[in-house]
Amino acid sequence: MKPVNFDYARPADVGAALALLADDTLAVKIMAGGQSLGPMLNMRLVQPDLLVDIAGIEELKQVTDRPDEIVFGACITHADIEDRRVPDVTRGALPSVANGIAYRAVRNRGTVGGSLTHADPSADWISILSAVGARVTLRGPAGNRTIAVEDYMLGALEADLRPGEMLVSVTVPKLGRSARWGYYKSCRKTGEFAHAIGAFLSDPERGVSRVVIGATESRPIVVTDAQHLIGDGRAERLDRVFDSHAAAEAIAAAGMADPIDRQTHVVALRRAIERAYSA
Amino acid sequence: MTEQGVGASLLRKEDDRFLRGRGQYVADIRLPGMKDVAFVRSPLAHARIAGIRIPDANRDRIYVAADLEGVKPIVAVSGLAGFKVSEQPVLAFEKVRQVGELLAVCVGASRAEAEDLAASVELDLDELPALHDMIAARKPGAALVHEHWGDNVFLETFVDVNMEAAYDAPIKVTREISTARQSMAPMEGRGTVAVWDKRMEQLVLHTGSQMPHIVRTGLAECLGLGQEQVRIVSPDVGGGFGYKGILLPEDICLAFLAMKLDHPVRWIEDRREHLTAGANCREHHYIITGYADRDGKLRGIECEATVDSGAYSSYPFSACLEAAQVASILPGPYDFPSYRCRTWSVATNKCPILPYRGVARTGVCYALELVLDAIAREAGIEPHEVRLKNLVQPEQMPFDNITRKHFDSGDYPEALQRAMAAIDLEGIRARQRQGEPDGRLIGIGHSIYCEQGAHGTSVYAGWGIPMVPGHEQATARMTPDGGLEIRVGVHSHGQSMETTLPQVAHEILGIDTAKIKLVHGDTEYTPYSTGSWGSRCAVMAGGAVATAAREVAGLAKGIGAHLLQADVADVKLVDGHVVGPSGSVSLETVAFTWYRRPQDLPASVDPRGLESTIGYKPVRDSGTFSYAAHAVVVAVDPEMGDIEILDYVIVEDGGKLINPMVVDGQIYGGLAQGIGTALYEEMNFDASGQPLASTFADYLLPGPTEVPAPRLDHMETLAPYTEFGVKGIGEGGAIAPPAAIGNAVNDALKGFGAELLRSPMTPRRVLEAIQSAKQSKEVLEMTQGEMA
Ligand SMILES: Cc1cc2nc3c(=O)[nH]c(=O)nc-3n(C[C@H](O)[C@H](O)[C@H](O)COP(=O)(O)OP(=O)(O)OC[C@H]3O[C@@H](n4cnc5c(N)ncnc54)[C@H](O)[C@@H]3O)c2cc1C
Repeated sequence: MKPVNFDYARPADVGAALALLADDTLAVKIMAGGQSLGPMLNMRLVQPDLLVDIAGIEELKQVTDRPDEIVFGACITHADIEDRRVPDVTRGALPSVANGIAYRAVRNRGTVGGSLTHADPSADWISILSAVGARVTLRGPAGNRTIAVEDYMLGALEADLRPGEMLVSVTVPKLGRSARWGYYKSCRKTGEFAHAIGAFLSDPERGVSRVVIGATESRPIVVTDAQHLIGDGRAERLDRVFDSHAAAEAIAAAGMADPIDRQTHVVALRRAIERAYSA
Repeated sequence: MTEQGVGASLLRKEDDRFLRGRGQYVADIRLPGMKDVAFVRSPLAHARIAGIRIPDANRDRIYVAADLEGVKPIVAVSGLAGFKVSEQPVLAFEKVRQVGELLAVCVGASRAEAEDLAASVELDLDELPALHDMIAARKPGAALVHEHWGDNVFLETFVDVNMEAAYDAPIKVTREISTARQSMAPMEGRGTVAVWDKRMEQLVLHTGSQMPHIVRTGLAECLGLGQEQVRIVSPDVGGGFGYKGILLPEDICLAFLAMKLDHPVRWIEDRREHLTAGANCREHHYIITGYADRDGKLRGIECEATVDSGAYSSYPFSACLEAAQVASILPGPYDFPSYRCRTWSVATNKCPILPYRGVARTGVCYALELVLDAIAREAGIEPHEVRLKNLVQPEQMPFDNITRKHFDSGDYPEALQRAMAAIDLEGIRARQRQGEPDGRLIGIGHSIYCEQGAHGTSVYAGWGIPMVPGHEQATARMTPDGGLEIRVGVHSHGQSMETTLPQVAHEILGIDTAKIKLVHGDTEYTPYSTGSWGSRCAVMAGGAVATAAREVAGLAKGIGAHLLQADVADVKLVDGHVVGPSGSVSLETVAFTWYRRPQDLPASVDPRGLESTIGYKPVRDSGTFSYAAHAVVVAVDPEMGDIEILDYVIVEDGGKLINPMVVDGQIYGGLAQGIGTALYEEMNFDASGQPLASTFADYLLPGPTEVPAPRLDHMETLAPYTEFGVKGIGEGGAIAPPAAIGNAVNDALKGFGAELLRSPMTPRRVLEAIQSAKQSKEVLEMTQGEMA
């Protein structure tokens, strides 16, 4: 299929993009890497009057290194992270996850901002960024607001994007020296969307212990204080302290009805923990 | 000159353009004034058409059934007794019977504009109950796809050979086995560019087709045209697998528009149309019982097989080829005394199915080979031992089996034994006893099949479908500079015939293959042929080219003998030269003389010149029987259900191989598709008949990381009835993998007592099989506990 007829704009900065978004007489759609939007346009699931291509905006490709966190623009691509053009502050977590997204051609164009806003529950960024405790910053008519990445996703294919707003940057905390993380993606084919994701971060220096169960029907299940599941992070072998029953209960409590889904998600989390990486 | 004849692994001539991206496919054709077409398709699987509303402003660019004056529906009848006829309307009227069925056709300046027009059409459809389950569709009281039939069965067949004699066998295993509906998914979809050639007074239809001549016949009949008024041009074809062997209503619409309008029109199928509307393949269901003695010797096979044929009988193979064929090929390469099989070709509210690479064999092999492994488990012996007890033996060749299939030659036990040695059964069994450090379960499995190829008149006359292959013809014609042109009516959709057929001609004439050109894919330039299907091109077109080349060789010798002042009986053709007792003359000189210096030739020269069109049929046309044993090792993850292929061995016998490298390529490609059937590909429908996969995100195909590099071994048992001893092998790679992988998975799961009997073997099905085995074990333990 082919898209409907639409106008196309490629603004040079965020201000110009926001001005275009402000016209509420038109159906305006932002395009970043086009890797999810392209097929939706072709299938006419999205029929915009105006497409605002933000891939040329410098600010959205910038990286700011702060003492305890790094901030990168929404148009940073999967490949930018995989190739460490964005300095890694996560002890390899983000580059390693980037490397398992789709295949290289998709990673060269697909952006972190696009992935988070597209809000596919099976996508990778929403799960790993929730695990490392990232935040997103949105800019709109009312200025900037910054929220936890897991709160940005409201449900399947639904992001907390208010009229006239766009995602401008992602902030990732720098992990402590003894931090450990793990990520396990179960999928049918190399680089395919996931059927089950398990992720965790254990960062005792910063007192952080987080667990994410992703690729669910909707938002990932994010446990922001996961000590009851994986301990305080001081044990040498985290898999020895992992409580799979508690994890299964958390998953059931979140409403996952199918027993096979529950099993694969617990196993994904356990494997993420068994394969814990530390620096 | 390097070795170029039959048996040489010559690099593919066509790759020069393919690898440089210079192939010419239908979508590359640009004709002046050409417009694009989009279709209004049924969103419902089964509905009465109450109205189709077209905005007045668009009325002149949109056509519905009533506009198609004089256009007849597509009808593909089988001559088998009891076959019920369906009429596939070109544009639906009264009723739609599948999602995606054509309701209107829109002509725009671009495809996007044509889609805008399609979106402007309002449909008023009264939904009817839809049939999405072939077993339910067979039951009395089911909704009817074609009301006047009274039921939903295209055809029922029955064969019985002494079945009852097997009933006292000590081992009896019954299984319900099924294969999913699939999409053929060639890299290039369908596409058609149609134009009326005013000078030739001829409709020219450019369409990627495996069988241009059959399309011409079918199209002319639907449009009421003389066949000389239709020309089919099939340019480069990016994969066919059966899908480019059928006549689609879209083709007829385009032809109609080209005749009606004053400009060319084109339709390029998109992936959504391909997946949901055009045609599907493979959906089989079996209830099959194997009877055997304790030592694994087969006493008989009994089977009920149902095939979901979809809403219409597709042209030219018909709706019954698949199911009816099941009955005749189910016995596979085995020799046993009792057999009964009943088959149903069932109409449902889905798109038609068509014969896909391997045709019914892939399902049959899956059903039979899974049952043989179940027998082996029951008997407590290694599965390959069961097979060795029952395979047709080399000393029985040629052999007529229980369904009167004539096996031409081969050593099936040898192929199996080589495969088992290569896969290292002993080593794998030892590894299984040890267990894997990562907790996965290792399984080993194998399967063996026979592939009847190039079956001819004697086989197809019985089916009575619109197309029966007779003699296959080829033209061979020397050019004035000593080159050769070959013309054949079959068409390459990946078979490498631009390389292999020149190799055949080279074998006989010695002309450098660089100077031999294959002309094919155009009804205007080639002899009539039923086209490329059924693993027939190497045998049939190869045989025809050899025969024509031999004729030309004889003619060249006549001219050469005259130039050498020798008797024709005393000259030979050697390495492109006519050699006489006292000298030789090159074919270049022979050709130059015939075409450009006729004054040097006597009046008595043979007026046929250096050209021949002639037909070929093997000495016996019941088909060649190639075969292969596949053996595979898998690792099954019992927690996630993932299956990884660790090793894959194929021992194949295709008789004489014209080009072994090309054969390897055919096997690799077939294997990839077989792995798709085994593990990934599935076209699901919901209860209202909606197809659930409309993109490749939902319809999974194996990619490069999912297809292992198999280890290949070739045997070359010559075919007794064909030119050079060649056998057809084009489909085999896709036949055995689901069975081999299925057996390996079941071997891995045998500790649980779990069996997987349905393809694709997805992670979820693996986990479900484990779960239900655990549950029945618990129930068993509980009842045993109660009894104790
Ligand atoms: C074959 C294939 C395989 C894939 N496999 C995976 C996989 O394994 N894992 C995975 O995680 N993903 C996968 N993807 C998705 C891929 O990661 C996409 O890149 C991503 O989902 C979208 O990013 P994009 O930049 O292309 O966004 P676009 O397609 O341009 O946009 C997506 C949506 O986000 C909106 N949007 C984009 N940027 C902004 C912004 N800054 N502010 C507000 N709204 C915005 C758009 O309006 C649109 O609604 C796959 C994609 C393909 C094609």
